[in-house]
Formats: sequence, structure tokens, C-alpha cells
Amino acid sequence: MVGIKSYGAHIPRFRLDRNVMQLALLFLGFAPLRGEKAVANWDEDSVTMAVSAALDCLRDEDSGKVDGLYFATTTPTYSLRQNAGIVAAALDLNTSVRTADFTDSTKSGTAAMLAASDAIASNSLNSCLVCAADCRVSKVGSNGDYTYGDGAAAFLLGKDDIVAQIEGSYSTSHDFVDRRRLEGERLEHMWEERFIRDAGYMKFIPEAVSGLVKKYNLSIQEFSKVIYACAFSSAHSALGKTLGLSPEQVQDPLLNNVGDTGVAHPLMMLVAALEEAKPGDKIMVVSFGQGCDSFYLTVTENIKKMKEKRGVKGNLASKAPLGSYDKYLAFRKQIPAEVGIRGEEMGFTSFSIVSRDNREINGMVGAKCKKCGAPSYPLQRICPNPDCGAVDQMEPYRFAEKKGIIFTYTSDFLAACIDPPASYGFIDYEGGGRALVDFTDCDPNTLKVGMPVEMSFRIKYADEKRAAVNYGWKAIPIVS
Amino acid sequence: MAEGIRDKVAIIGMGCTKFGERFDAGPQDLIVESFVECLADAGIDKKDIQAAWWGVHMPDISVGRGATTLGLTLKLPFIPITRVENFCATGSEALRGAVYAVASGAYDICLALGMEKLKDTGYGGLPLGGGFGYKMPLINSNLTAPGGFAMMATKYFSKYNLNPQDGKMMLAKVSAKSHKNGTLSPKAHLRKEVTVEQIINAPIIAWPLGLFDCCGVSDGASAAIVCRADMAKKFRPDPVYVKSLQIAVSSGEEMMYTKWDGAHVEAAYRAGIAAYKEAGIKNPREEVSMAEVHDCFSITEAVTMEDLQFSPRGKVKEDIEAGRFNLDGAQPIQPDGGLKCFGHPIGASGLRMMYEMYKQLQGKADKRQLKDPKIGLTHNMGGFPSMNIVSVCIVGK
Repeated sequence: MVGIKSYGAHIPRFRLDRNVMQLALLFLGFAPLRGEKAVANWDEDSVTMAVSAALDCLRDEDSGKVDGLYFATTTPTYSLRQNAGIVAAALDLNTSVRTADFTDSTKSGTAAMLAASDAIASNSLNSCLVCAADCRVSKVGSNGDYTYGDGAAAFLLGKDDIVAQIEGSYSTSHDFVDRRRLEGERLEHMWEERFIRDAGYMKFIPEAVSGLVKKYNLSIQEFSKVIYACAFSSAHSALGKTLGLSPEQVQDPLLNNVGDTGVAHPLMMLVAALEEAKPGDKIMVVSFGQGCDSFYLTVTENIKKMKEKRGVKGNLASKAPLGSYDKYLAFRKQIPAEVGIRGEEMGFTSFSIVSRDNREINGMVGAKCKKCGAPSYPLQRICPNPDCGAVDQMEPYRFAEKKGIIFTYTSDFLAACIDPPASYGFIDYEGGGRALVDFTDCDPNTLKVGMPVEMSFRIKYADEKRAAVNYGWKAIPIVS
Repeated sequence: MAEGIRDKVAIIGMGCTKFGERFDAGPQDLIVESFVECLADAGIDKKDIQAAWWGVHMPDISVGRGATTLGLTLKLPFIPITRVENFCATGSEALRGAVYAVASGAYDICLALGMEKLKDTGYGGLPLGGGFGYKMPLINSNLTAPGGFAMMATKYFSKYNLNPQDGKMMLAKVSAKSHKNGTLSPKAHLRKEVTVEQIINAPIIAWPLGLFDCCGVSDGASAAIVCRADMAKKFRPDPVYVKSLQIAVSSGEEMMYTKWDGAHVEAAYRAGIAAYKEAGIKNPREEVSMAEVHDCFSITEAVTMEDLQFSPRGKVKEDIEAGRFNLDGAQPIQPDGGLKCFGHPIGASGLRMMYEMYKQLQGKADKRQLKDPKIGLTHNMGGFPSMNIVSVCIVGK
């Protein structure tokens, strides 16, 4: 019995009102969609959002048992250096983990789910984490610019204590060219919307649904929720009728509050469906890319014991308006923004350091003194406790998942930052240890000494000269 | 048993350039400007200099590494020269090298010269320059100098229950005092009086520090010639004697352990204790006539008053408000206007501070002249409150 043991999601804090976009872009035409879209902070990308969703998913789980990590995205940071490897490093998974990137199509998230499910069913893997995230950038004023949102979902798959069993799947492949990007391109190209709607969504989604239903002798009425990834709002409604679904059976597509999150889209909807599911519920998931993957799950009794997750619901409730379309363009490097001559001198990247000290940098693993118990970060060979000073009595100690409080802080306008001021400070961690870290997702006016924080894996800085995006851990102050 | 250096070495000549945004001058101009004044003041010949210590903190943006710059620029005749660098204490470190060399008996006459050319970077603030190695940006926060010290202000306000308005007012008085003194210093970079209101309402650089809480970014050079104390009066009637020169460096416990309160600089406290012991000072508040301390930011000066035991812990605000540190106060601090008005060409600052103490002790400080000062102190602090190098140098007649 293979299924989902746990789930998690990440929706970035910032939301961009499509009316705000419309005001800036009216000269190009009207917005195809209303509401708001979730936009990644400047220091987020698919890799960091996958890590955030994975942390949500792995909370209260034993990450030491995870032996597979599949990461799906159409917006990988690197095309040579495995992105799943960065996610695994950030989660400080065992090095004996099978990692793979699934990419190139918005259905690669479901492909990763099915590959993980098969690997577990065949006893090749025991516990596989599947992360899906996208942070897509489209031409200014394009359909994608308006409709795409940023987000991530993560699932832990295994055989024991599952909350939803994966029962069966049906997949199709059509070399259908709705959206495309050549190797090395950053912005997408999209073909005619009417073509995509009529020859794509309206054709392939019903095909995948009926294929699955026929293959397993099901009836569409058996499903409590049907999830299908259709980024056109009116086509999404029309499909419900075509498929013969009652309104209650249609899972909300998150288009007006998050947007179309690409590979993550159907899987975020699955997280949202599981948040409301009862034992015995049947849920169908249909992705859309060059064809579709469809699969269905039956929710088990364990869903009642599911530990609280931030999930989609929690993330939707926690938000701040970005306020300005220009800021969005600067965050996504759609327009060159002045960060000062200082900013142009930002750090050199030494990959021998990034590799040698990877656990310390990407996993935020410091040291804990076996003699006096003092944790320290950065990693030390000699205990910094002046009353101890033990040499080489350290064991690895991970700070990334520790909560902390602000010891002191500043909000700095001199520091080169695309969203000044750069806020940072010293954090005192629960269980001991103090470290100087950047803050993110925060309003400088709310900062206070003693304020609680949690850590988040983010981009530290991009080193374009050396083709590097450098990651690390930052503190998110929690406003109570 | 080590006996220290008290009264073994005298300063017999000093020079200091005009500090400022010296877009007119390159490193060579600054070095020569300070050296010519210094040599004339000592009344010796260049060939009398037996060894030199050369301080520059960020040579990669000005002159490059090694000691050759000083030899080549001043055409020193194949004498031993050592380049030293120790963050913001670089100038004091150069002086320490020269003083210790004479105190050891190895030489009779040595030169210390510090220079920094910061304004060729194209931006304000200190250069990033990889000063902490390639790894630090991957681990630490996006840290700047004002940000590093602003965190001490945040913590000081929090620890002593100062609301931001009262805290900023205390700091504004520190800067206002220095700006007033700076108007009397012809060699200062900033020579304008600034009101407390202007200081409080200035744009924020790193909360809670505003523009006038930060020292200037300047170019400059300063030099000293030192000799054996017993031969000093051969050169001039009013040499200034070195009473102590101490340096303390962080052990890491401040930033990596959780005992440090974040509202003081531990190395400054330790360097002060060591320097007072060497100089035989029992009561710094009463015995130190005047000081030039490292006021890179207003909060640094305020906290340093407590670290050097001029004010009791948590009580500096009372002394600031009482005007204790003003030019006409009981213990004048920054009589020349400090880093606040001179700016902070890093390699030069420690020697620039000593230049003021030297002139004051000789009664040659013109409009800034204090009444019969006996003991002067200079203090440099390099790095951040959480990890740093502090020098304390005490001189007297």
C-alpha cells in the first residue's frame, strides 16, 4: 500500500493585486484574470520554495529515513548541478539518498509523484520526498505574466501510516505545443489562447479523466474532489460541466489567490484537498503539460491524526501586499535595478568552499560541544564557551529547524539589497547558540528585541560572473 | 618578568594631512604630505630613521600589499619596513610596531606612517573588499559597518530601557559635540556645526543610526617619529612620552556564545584595563585628561565611555547630558572632532588621534587647546562590536 504519509506547501508572503498590474500594463491590453497572485520574494526561487514546502511536510517526520528526493520544476536554478541535490542539502538528508530532477513540463510534478510511488511499490525506495515548485517569468503584460503565481508543494510517500493511498494512474503524452522555452531562454513563449483552451485543456483533461475512470472501472461520481490543472479560469469552470462534476466535486484551482503555479499547481491543489478530506474520500489529480498524468487516491483513517501543517490554508492566511508591479519586475530581474556600486562588488564564489562546507552553509549545521553542551555556528573546532574551550569535542548540530529570538537587529540602507533596507541581526536559538543572519519576509517597522523567529532557506546572493546562485538560511520574524 | 613599555619611548615628531574627500590627491600625495610635516616637526634627517612601520588597511584599492610603497614613495634607503594591518586599529598598530622596536633596544629612531585612500571606490561606506574572506558572505548576514554598530545601539537601548527617541537624543548629543569641535580643526573633513534636531531628523542609514551618527568616509595620512625616551630632549623640549600601548582581540565568545550582552565591547574593556595597568592609572575617570576614541558611530563613542571606565555602566547618558565630554567639560573627548569630523581613513586614524593628543600635550592645539592636559588616551576599535580588535594608547608629558 503506497501513499502519502505527509504533505506541505509553500506560498510566498507577497501577493500582487492584478488590478495593480493592470494599471501599469493597460497600454498593452486587459488583464485576463482578476484577484491576486503569489509572488516570490527577491530571495526565493523554485529551489528555496521547494525547501520551504518540504520543511512543512517533514515537520514531525523523521527525515533521517528519507531515501529518495524527487524535485519537479520547469524553472530550475541550475541546468548543470542537480537542483534536487541542493534541496537535499538544505534539508540535511542522508547522503545515501536517491535524488533526481523532473523538469521540462508542467506535468513533471505528477511524473515525480508516480515515479516515487512506483519506486516504493517495487521496494526500491522506502520513503521518498517529492517536491514541486515553480517560479515562472513571462513577458511583461503577457498572459503568463498575469496568470502565473509562485508556489510549492511537497509530499512524503511511503508504505506505513499513509493518509492517502495512491490507487492507480493513467497518463497520456501529446507533443502539444502550448508553451515553450528553448534551452537558455528565460521568458516563455505561448501559442494562441483559444487553441490552448479548445485543442488542449478541453481535450486532454477529459481524455485523462475518462482514461483513468475506465482503466479502474470507476464512476466520476465516486470522487469527493477532482483536481485538474487548468490555468484559464473560464475553461476551468467549463471543464467541470464537461466532466459531469457537481460544483462540490471541483477542487478550487487557486487561480484568483495564488495563480497558476506550473508543476506545483495540481499538487498544491492536492494539499488543499487533503486539508479538508475525510477518511474514505476519493481524490483524483490531473496535471496538464504535453498531455496529462491522472491518478487517484483514497483517504485513510490516518488523516484524522495528521499533524498540523501550514499547508495551503495556513499559507493563504499569511500574506502581505507587494503593492507595486515595478517592484515585482525588479525582484524577478525583468528590469535592471540600481543596487549601487557597492552592490556590483558583491561576493566572489569559491566552489571549493561551497562544496567543502556545504553542510554548514546549505544545511546550517554547526557544532555542539559534547563537554559543555554549547552549540555554535559557524562550525567551530574549539568550543567558544570561555569556561570550556574543549578541542575537537564537537558533534554536528543543525540550527535550521531551531526557533529563536532576536537578540539584536538593524535595518540597513547601506547594505546592497534589491529591497532596502536589509534587515538582519543576531539570533539566540532555543537550546543555545547565537548567529548573525539576514532577516527575510519582514516589515522592518515590526522588529523588536526578543521577537520570535523561524529559519528559512533563501538565496543569499547571485554571483552572475561565476554562474552561481548562493543559498543560505535567513530568519523570518514572527509577528504575533 | 615582562615590564612593559612605560616611559621608554617618546614621540618627537608628528605630521597629519588635511583629511577629506581628497579627489585631488593620490596615495603618494597623502604619504608625502604627512611625512614632510612629521620630519620637519622632529627636526631630524630622513637618514636618521632606522626602521619604519607602514599601516594601510585596504591596500588593494590604493597601493597594493607589502612594504614597498613606503620605501618607494619616500625613497627610504633600504631600511627595514614592515606593513601592518589590524582593521581600524591599523594606524595604532603601526605606532605600536615602531614604539616596541625602540623599546626593545633594537633601534633608536623609528617611523610609523598610516594612510588610507578610500574615495577611489566610487561609493560611500567602506569597501566590501573581501576583508573577511570568501566564506563569510555565504554564512553571515549582508553586514555593513553602520549595520554592525547599529545592532549595538538597538541592544543598548533595549538593555537600559531607553525608548528610541531618548536613545537617539543621547546619541545626537555625542555627534553634536564632535561637530562643534570639528569647526575648530583646520584639518578636519567636516567643519560644520550641526544641531541635535538636524541629527535626529537626518535620514536613517542603519536603524537606529542616522546620517550624523556615522563618521565620514575620508582620505588621509598621518605619521609619527619615535625615539628612545632618554634621547628625546636632544630633539625638542616638549616630547610626548608613551605610557602604554595595549591591544585586545576578541575570543569569539561575544558572537558565538550567549553570555555577551551586546551593549558593550568586551575587548575595549580588557584593553583599557591592560593599558591603565601599564600606565599606572588607578582612576581613569579622574586621571585621563582627554581622549580621542573610535567614534566610527555615535553609539561606539557612548559605549566606549563605559568600556574605558570614564562613565559607570549604563550611565553614560547622564555624563553626556551633563556635558562632561565637551571641550569645556571635565573630560573632553574628541577635542579635534573625532572620526565624526575627520572621517576614517583606516590606516591613518590611530595616528591622527595621536596627533591631536601630541599637539594638546605640547600646548599647540590652537583654538581647541585644553587647559594643561596631563594624560591623553587614544582608542581604536576595528571590526564589529561582536568581534573586534581594540587598541588603547596612553601618552603624557
